[in-house]
Amino acid sequence: MLSPELGHYALALACIFAAAQGVFPLIGAHRRDRRVMMLAPGLAIGQLIGLAVSFLCLIYAAVTNDFSVQNIAANSAVSKPLLYKITGVWGNHEGSVLLWALILGICGAAVAAFGRNLPTALRARVIAVLGLVAAGFELFCLTTSDPFARVWPAPMDGQGMNPLLQDPGLAFHPPILYTGYVGFAVPFAFAIAALMEGRVDAAWGRWVRPWAVAAWCFLTCGIALGSWWSYYVLGWGGYWFWDPVENASLIPWLTGTALVHSAIVVEKREGLKIWTVLLAIATFSFSLSGTFLVRSGILNSVHAFANDPARGIFILGLLAAVIGGSLALFAYRAPALTAGGLFAPVSREGALVLNNILLCSICAVVVTGTMYPPFMSLLFDRTISVGKPFFDATTIPLALPLFIFMGFGPMLPWKRAQLWPVLQRLWVAALLTALACAVAFYGVSGVLPALSCAVAVWIITASITDIVERIKLFRMPLAGSLQRARMLPRSIFGTALAHAGVGVTVLGLAAMSQAQHKIVDVPIGTTEHLAGYDWTLQKVEQEPGPNYTAMVATLEVRHNGKIVTVMHPSKRSFNSQNQTTTEVSIHTNLLSDLYGVLGDKHGTDAAPTYVLRLHYNPLAPWMWLGALIMALGGALSLSDRRMRVGAPRRARNASTSTVTAA
Amino acid sequence: MGLPLAGAAVLGVGFWKMLAGMQSGSFNPHDVNAPVLNRPVPDFTLPDQAPGQGFATQDLKALTKPVLVNFFASWCIPCLAEMPTLVALKDDLELWGIAYKDRPENAANFLKHSGNPFTRLGSDRDGRVGIEWGISGVPETFLIGPGGVIRWHTATPLDVETIRQTLVPLLAKLKTP
Amino acid sequence: MNCLPSFRLRRLIPAFLLGLSVLLAPALVLAVDDPSEMLPDAKQEARAEAIGSQLRCLVCQNESIEDSSAGLARDLRRVVREHVAKGETDRQVMDWMVARYGNFIRLSPPLSGGTLLLWGMPALALSIGLALAFFAYRRRATSPKAPPPLSDEEKARLAKLTKE
Repeated sequence: MLSPELGHYALALACIFAAAQGVFPLIGAHRRDRRVMMLAPGLAIGQLIGLAVSFLCLIYAAVTNDFSVQNIAANSAVSKPLLYKITGVWGNHEGSVLLWALILGICGAAVAAFGRNLPTALRARVIAVLGLVAAGFELFCLTTSDPFARVWPAPMDGQGMNPLLQDPGLAFHPPILYTGYVGFAVPFAFAIAALMEGRVDAAWGRWVRPWAVAAWCFLTCGIALGSWWSYYVLGWGGYWFWDPVENASLIPWLTGTALVHSAIVVEKREGLKIWTVLLAIATFSFSLSGTFLVRSGILNSVHAFANDPARGIFILGLLAAVIGGSLALFAYRAPALTAGGLFAPVSREGALVLNNILLCSICAVVVTGTMYPPFMSLLFDRTISVGKPFFDATTIPLALPLFIFMGFGPMLPWKRAQLWPVLQRLWVAALLTALACAVAFYGVSGVLPALSCAVAVWIITASITDIVERIKLFRMPLAGSLQRARMLPRSIFGTALAHAGVGVTVLGLAAMSQAQHKIVDVPIGTTEHLAGYDWTLQKVEQEPGPNYTAMVATLEVRHNGKIVTVMHPSKRSFNSQNQTTTEVSIHTNLLSDLYGVLGDKHGTDAAPTYVLRLHYNPLAPWMWLGALIMALGGALSLSDRRMRVGAPRRARNASTSTVTAA
Repeated sequence: MGLPLAGAAVLGVGFWKMLAGMQSGSFNPHDVNAPVLNRPVPDFTLPDQAPGQGFATQDLKALTKPVLVNFFASWCIPCLAEMPTLVALKDDLELWGIAYKDRPENAANFLKHSGNPFTRLGSDRDGRVGIEWGISGVPETFLIGPGGVIRWHTATPLDVETIRQTLVPLLAKLKTP
Repeated sequence: MNCLPSFRLRRLIPAFLLGLSVLLAPALVLAVDDPSEMLPDAKQEARAEAIGSQLRCLVCQNESIEDSSAGLARDLRRVVREHVAKGETDRQVMDWMVARYGNFIRLSPPLSGGTLLLWGMPALALSIGLALAFFAYRRRATSPKAPPPLSDEEKARLAKLTKE
């Protein structure tokens, strides 16, 4: 029933729906024909159904081991556990493009479903833009990366999956990351629709922001999950390598963060309109280029596209159409958007502008650093590398002031503010920061880590102060404070929580610079000392797994004689692909990670020795915990009544600051 | 307002040139491009690799005619692929080989099967001489001019096309100073 | 295309970030490196690690030789440690490497005419941002926009409101 042919057909159908979704609502909006505009939601949902059926067919083929489908034969095997048969569907080029399209389809349908309160024309245009983008990618999928292509004769078994992908963290990483990337298509579509209408106002800002915040939450989680994965899978204790592909996800995150903030100014003060529209376009453009240019081989060594010239050219053409088209529209229409509310440099708006300047500067540095080597090679035929030392040296000086301003930005009043009263209210936070600074300089080695610790404490305490001040805690009876807290919009709590999350992450990063490690080659029964812990290698055994055999060590860790944990780092040898992977064992108590890796076996069989790599990583979990808190803060903001998607209605009479483009 | 468009256009043209260059082979963003051209060969001494006799810096410096130095290994598939080209080349140009990070018996076996184009053969068991030469993998090939100066270098397997278009003109230039 | 046993093909982290790892990581060795290659003197070892983390593993994505399990990275680690043990300065070790592999081996490119834009980017981006904000502010502060005259419709509404 769910045959690959049905999947292929459903995908083609979805592509047609998408094309219709991209064309008719635009015509309707142009002619102000309500009936044509009302086609948009139905088409969007039709497209989603097509995509969902298509995706289900691919999963069905994977689960039923249909190796006549080339994609399944190349990436799956009978012996693979069921979970990874399913998640393996998006672990390859064709499947991931389909997943990408599916998420875009979900976004379009979500706008159709939740956007009931949007003006009909705006909703029609937004859905149409999403449809146009989706049609392009579905066409790409159909013509150059067909996930349903058959092979004849069908092999008896598939070639199997890369063992490193056989991991629960990795299984769910791509969908979350893609949701982040693709989610920014909605703010992008809103920006294009606004440019078409020539109108950006407070209501627009209010409609756009929930979508941007939601996408931002997913992207934050996706990046954190990826970083966590490399931490526990790669076995080097590292978590971020400033690698081009990592940067490709960081770049849209930076502009997306700027977008989430600048949209507040649009919503509250009708300022920064042109800038916000540009950010919305830029964020999705970076998401697109990030996802697809890394596959082109320009930034990566394996020439996935170079082998298939059609793909590279198709994708570049698609990027040119989407990004070039939207920027051309921006160049043409943006001058017609007028600037909004006035504000003094020292004000909430001013702080948000500074936030945007710093975030975009960091983004510019990351983009430049990532693109410099290939361009240097293209233009001057000189090869250079740009890596961690460069990025550390250039981004940290920009990030530190950002963190400092983050502390009091949310406490500044709109329009015009005085710095001194705000700083006065922050005296407790400043005191605690000074204290933390003193402790850090005493206890932490290195000026930068110590400074980062202090800054992190500043962010966290200042965020708490903001809430404490707003509910007048300690300055009125507790019941009154609680009453005030209940009345406080959830987005205020969301802001404080997200900012505190940044502080937690920064604290984790700073503490990780103090990590200790030790590499030893020891016989069984040896005890090693690291960071106050005694690590004893008790035994090493062979254990069979479903499609591998493992060499498993038993490592007992004691602290002051008491057993803390027994760890089982292992090494797996996979039968089907002649590969080995290292399974790191991590014990965490949320304040620090004990991290053990089993290496090669040396010596004779009679007296073997084993290489062990032991790490002590203080506050390591905080790096990802902080990201989770940031995302939670975003989610809390989303639950704010006033942020609810499409809740507000645009005032019937446009305010005087809104000018329709001529 | 047109600035973002202009910036994106410049990047787009750049990407297009890169993709085109990668397809035609003229652009490889992952080339190490070690700075070896027109430099004297590095200091090294290599022990014998059966069935040939090892060599050292002085041997290359004492040369009066060009010689091609090729790093290879028995575990490297592209090396196997380029061997027929090298064997065909040996009548026109002297070739010296260096077995890189390879067991001597494996390397000897490899040459027995693929044919041995090399006049002299050294064994770089631990890869240290390779580092002196600035190689990052195998096969890599160096053209050494008279006096032991590196005149040409490639980190890709040699093929007839490269020999005809690059190596032959270069050799002609070296022979008529 | 030349090859080393397995690591010619890039390491994996990155790939996976886009959920594409299958494409990019056909084979991968994850070895814990050998403790015997470490220098006995902790201070020298720390210095060697600091130098090594500035050197690119030539056959990997963007990793330093200290972070890589590739064979060439291991060889280069050993070379760095030998030079450090001989008492050479950081600069001398770096120069030795650059002489053989060129600037490609430096993870932090040297400042030169060609990399001026790269190193100047933080300052450049920041000043462009601040300048844009400043000019936008001044343009609006010096030419305060007079409130647009009321339209007829608005005048009518105002009249109606004042009457009430």
